[in-house]
Amino acid sequence: MAELKRESGVSKALNAAWVRPFLFLLFIVVMWDLTIRLFQIPAYQIPAPGDVVAVLRTDWPELLRQAWPTTYATICGFLLSALFGIPVAMLIAGSKTVESYVYPLLVFSQSVPKIAIAPLFVVWFGFGIIPKVISAFLLGFFPVVVSAVQGFKSVDPDMVDLARAMQGSRFQVFRAVNLPHAMPAIFSGLKVSVTLAVVGAVVGEFVGSNSGIGYVMQRSIGTFDLPTMFAALVILALLGVILFWVVDRIERLVIPWHVSQREDIIFAS
Amino acid sequence: MNPATKPTETNQPSAHLRLVSDRAGSAASGITLSGVSKTYRSRDGDVPSLRPLDFHINEGEFFVVVGPSGCGKSTLLKMISGLLAPSTGEILVEGEPVTKPHGNVGIVFQNALLLPWRNILSNVMFPIDMKKLPRNEYLPRAKALLKLVGLEGFEKKLPWQLSGGMQQRASICRALVHDPKIMLMDEPFGALDAMTREKMNVELMRIQRETGKTVLLITHSIPEAVFLADRVLVMTERPGAIAAIYDVPLPRPRSLDAMADPAFTELVQRIRKHFFTQSALD
Repeated sequence: MAELKRESGVSKALNAAWVRPFLFLLFIVVMWDLTIRLFQIPAYQIPAPGDVVAVLRTDWPELLRQAWPTTYATICGFLLSALFGIPVAMLIAGSKTVESYVYPLLVFSQSVPKIAIAPLFVVWFGFGIIPKVISAFLLGFFPVVVSAVQGFKSVDPDMVDLARAMQGSRFQVFRAVNLPHAMPAIFSGLKVSVTLAVVGAVVGEFVGSNSGIGYVMQRSIGTFDLPTMFAALVILALLGVILFWVVDRIERLVIPWHVSQREDIIFAS
Repeated sequence: MNPATKPTETNQPSAHLRLVSDRAGSAASGITLSGVSKTYRSRDGDVPSLRPLDFHINEGEFFVVVGPSGCGKSTLLKMISGLLAPSTGEILVEGEPVTKPHGNVGIVFQNALLLPWRNILSNVMFPIDMKKLPRNEYLPRAKALLKLVGLEGFEKKLPWQLSGGMQQRASICRALVHDPKIMLMDEPFGALDAMTREKMNVELMRIQRETGKTVLLITHSIPEAVFLADRVLVMTERPGAIAAIYDVPLPRPRSLDAMADPAFTELVQRIRKHFFTQSALD
């Protein structure tokens, strides 16, 4: 009896969402270490996982301090892309005229590599936080617009007719039908956007900065300090995962009715 | 009741201005269409959807329109609800000319179209929110309607937790909650399986009898039309026009046994001939 209970406890632990990816990560790290030992790869090409962990431990306060400006720029850029992206999508989905003028240009602007124009922001806005925020915003903006437009457009026209036949005003119908309908699509755009915003912030720091994770990476590459460079990468990945998780949590709160969340409802009831 | 099926109007789809029914109807109640036509403008020129229609639906009548697909039946429904302006002619609902959405209709589409983020009760209350009517006044009514269609106890469920037939029942409640005079139904049971469909037909007749609503129902199924209707309007192919209007001589209340009645089968045959002779002529 006790045996059975313990076993179910183990399988339960294995079923927790974070366990499997963690195990896989562990496997990758072990393979990484083995490969370095096996092929005797020098430390200035690929550092051993142990060295990276050592740097993470000793330089933790410094890395954390440098992570703040990056996080700040990422969040500001992401919020801006949500703040502008959703209304722009509303306009594009709501008016054929706006769509015909704006949408092709928006797609066109996406083919301009942001990394190439990032130095321009330094010229315009200096070395402060602003060019990083803009860079993060530019990378995060497009996915929000594209998914939100798709969300707003996929409303069943019969449902809109029904609401209008009940004398709902345009705003009422939008709030009661179109907007909630578009929420799942908007959130899938926001999730892509938040991870891209991290990339945008780091790109901004690459071009001109004296703080932030991007700056740490730039500096450690210059001195062939690969363990620090890898430690910075780990911090960046953590930042991306945490921000993604936060958006995911908010999504669960905002659209608990959606298909992707249904299992939770069944368990809750 | 008429002893035999009696067409009040027959053939020649092109002619439209003719007496439609021998039943007396006053324009002050029910639905009146006079010379109503619809032509859609497109880049390739004008596309006629409906040729001028004249008919009157009496208050409390179960009126069924049957016709081939693309004959403009849905256009007709949109015009009566005020979503679409007719190209010519005038529509009167309860004596009032229709120029914009008037809210005196309940609409049921082929798909239940329940909002997935609202529970069943709150979906039924949707017209109340749109019309900005006092919620607490209509809440008991919504609950009573759900009870009427056998959905008591499902108020707090989300739409996906219900079967297709149950969802359609909820959408019927939604069409009735604001107490409109008219119910417009566009192939309401087209998406359901045949067995559920028959059950829903019986159910719908009961609901119509208990609420006394004027019902305009659109369908592809001739037997369904005859089974449900007080009168059946047969439409021609696009552009739609009135081919005939038939009184249904079956007594009410009807059960599924009515489908075995000779009068039923005769009328079904008769209506079916419209479509076959028509396409044979084309």
